[in-house]
Amino acid sequence: MSKTVNFKVHHVCRVEGHGNIVVNAKDGKIEECRWEVPESPRMFESMLRGLGYSDVNFIAPRICGICAVAHATASIEAVEAAFNVTLTEQASLMRELLFDAETVTSHVLHFYFLVAPDFLGVGSVIPLASTHTDVVLRALRMKKTANNWADMLCGRKTHPISMVAGGFVKWPEMEQLRWLKQTLEGEYMQDLDASVELFKTLKFPDFTRETEYIGLYRPDKYSFIGGAIGSTDCKPMPVNDYMKVTNEFCVPWSTAKYTKHLRDSYQVGALARFNVNHDKLHPKAKKVAQTFGLKAPCYNPYFISVAQIVETVHAVENSIIILDKLLSKGIKQEKPEVKVKAGRGVGAVEAPRGILFHDYTFDDAGKLIAANIIIPTNENHNSIQHDFNKLLPEIIDRPQAEITLAMEMLVRAYDPCISCSAHMLEVKFI
Amino acid sequence: MKPRVAFFDFTGCEGCQLEVLNFYTEIVDLINAVDIVNFREASSDRSDEYDIAFIEGSMSTPGDVERLQKIRERAKVLVAMGACACTGGVNALKNRFSEEENRKIVYGDDAGYYKTIPAKGAPDIVPVEFMLHGCPPNRLEIVRLIKCVLTGKKFEQCHNPVCVECKLAENICAFERGEFCLGPITRGGCNAVCVTAGRKCWGCRSLVDDPNVNSEKDILKKYGLTVDDMLVQFRLFNGNLEVAKA
Repeated sequence: MSKTVNFKVHHVCRVEGHGNIVVNAKDGKIEECRWEVPESPRMFESMLRGLGYSDVNFIAPRICGICAVAHATASIEAVEAAFNVTLTEQASLMRELLFDAETVTSHVLHFYFLVAPDFLGVGSVIPLASTHTDVVLRALRMKKTANNWADMLCGRKTHPISMVAGGFVKWPEMEQLRWLKQTLEGEYMQDLDASVELFKTLKFPDFTRETEYIGLYRPDKYSFIGGAIGSTDCKPMPVNDYMKVTNEFCVPWSTAKYTKHLRDSYQVGALARFNVNHDKLHPKAKKVAQTFGLKAPCYNPYFISVAQIVETVHAVENSIIILDKLLSKGIKQEKPEVKVKAGRGVGAVEAPRGILFHDYTFDDAGKLIAANIIIPTNENHNSIQHDFNKLLPEIIDRPQAEITLAMEMLVRAYDPCISCSAHMLEVKFI
Repeated sequence: MKPRVAFFDFTGCEGCQLEVLNFYTEIVDLINAVDIVNFREASSDRSDEYDIAFIEGSMSTPGDVERLQKIRERAKVLVAMGACACTGGVNALKNRFSEEENRKIVYGDDAGYYKTIPAKGAPDIVPVEFMLHGCPPNRLEIVRLIKCVLTGKKFEQCHNPVCVECKLAENICAFERGEFCLGPITRGGCNAVCVTAGRKCWGCRSLVDDPNVNSEKDILKKYGLTVDDMLVQFRLFNGNLEVAKA
């Protein structure tokens, strides 16, 4: 083997935020193979200090425009844990219904706008608007409905308004809930069926690397909010012990902090959740998983996109069940109640890209003293790097364009949300 | 030739670009009317030749400042999109502390650090032709601005405070609900979305032109509040404005 490859993909496209891929191989020997993150730091954990809890909940979603609802929910759950607030059944059903909208919008955006162009051989969804008009219109329709679904529940998906600690300050009309149920059962399910038909024709690259998969775990359901920290390698761990799971550390070849638990790296996100919780998927989602040949445990990171399609179906089924409950009981005009006290609380949710932690400490006036926020993309950087380490030797004999595409597609499969990554370090590259 | 449009992200959440992706069929119309030559969040096609550049996010590193200056040289029309690009937005909350303190809190003692600067809006560094205020900006206003630029019509910012739109929406005044609302001094154009959704105005669209200061003082007096109380709220999205500095 006498292959020499040398390239750098600067600011990988169709990912949220900025990341680079660096590869350098001489005579078939790999000298460098790196996933770099040069994103500009935001300093959220510092700048939230001194703000009242309600303003913290309003500002924290600005960490990420795409997963604003996930950040809002984690932020509010942290406040509720610190102040010992318990939610009514109606409030927790609404929160779950809103969260499902977030999962759906984010996943649809990812598999249609960010992943599909790779398989159709185009640079973006833009040329598809004239060549595959029906597909683009379907994707836009699915996004629009899911946006309306979220707007209806929290005022605005980017960035949410009506959801607060203790519940919601505004409740939807019964008529709106009926519209949502009808739309999800009818048009949305049809569009999802068509999406499954489209995506099952795509051939996902054949690559596997077994690792640890981490996601929220509840015995009773496929959990996106609350529960314990589940792992494919060990028993569930309490959310308050999250730092024993994440173990953030620095490496000299990346500007982002890395995490590890029981192995070299762990993976979070749709495939990790599937590997931890697959037996609790709703029936149609289980069938869709079978259609794609997705079986737990799945060790192919390119299948994260498939797991996202499965979760989208699950989230729609889940929302129909919630809507039935809300519609049968009727909406009560409940007012959220919060009693401020000094204390610390951790909120954990499954953002579309994986497990997300907000950890806050408040003084007795409800002003924030300290914050620690751990973002799923930071947890996945190490997994991406270890995937690179295994993938590159397997494909080093291929043409450089193919190698580049395979590595970019791998990064995109993780759906990284780099702007979110709160912890960044400057490192000198050799 | 169709006008070439580019989107660039700086330090921020990329929610403004997402609002563009959240257009429905308008996005198809937009694609037909212009050539989108740079939109990294959604496309791998890139070019340094463009006519209209949209800037999202604030400038928080020396690299951000240099990049913005280069874009300014190339673009005929520069649009600051969203609160972060217009004024620094929520990113300016960190400017209450020294950069050294921010880095220490976020990274601890034993790390090498990224070089960062206090967050600034684009107009603090280069001239911009247009500003789309708000966190996030209003989707319809983005569409209106694009139409104006393409047809050569004058783009008018909204010149009334949020209160005007709030009255039209028939909301109960947030002050009457015991909230501290910034609606009386904040630029409208958002249809008072936050008050309509049951809360108050946080001032994300920044100060309205020529705010009615006397009327604001009367409101504060009526509800037993002070200018200092107001500034605490105002700084959440507008910490960089001179008027917000204590």
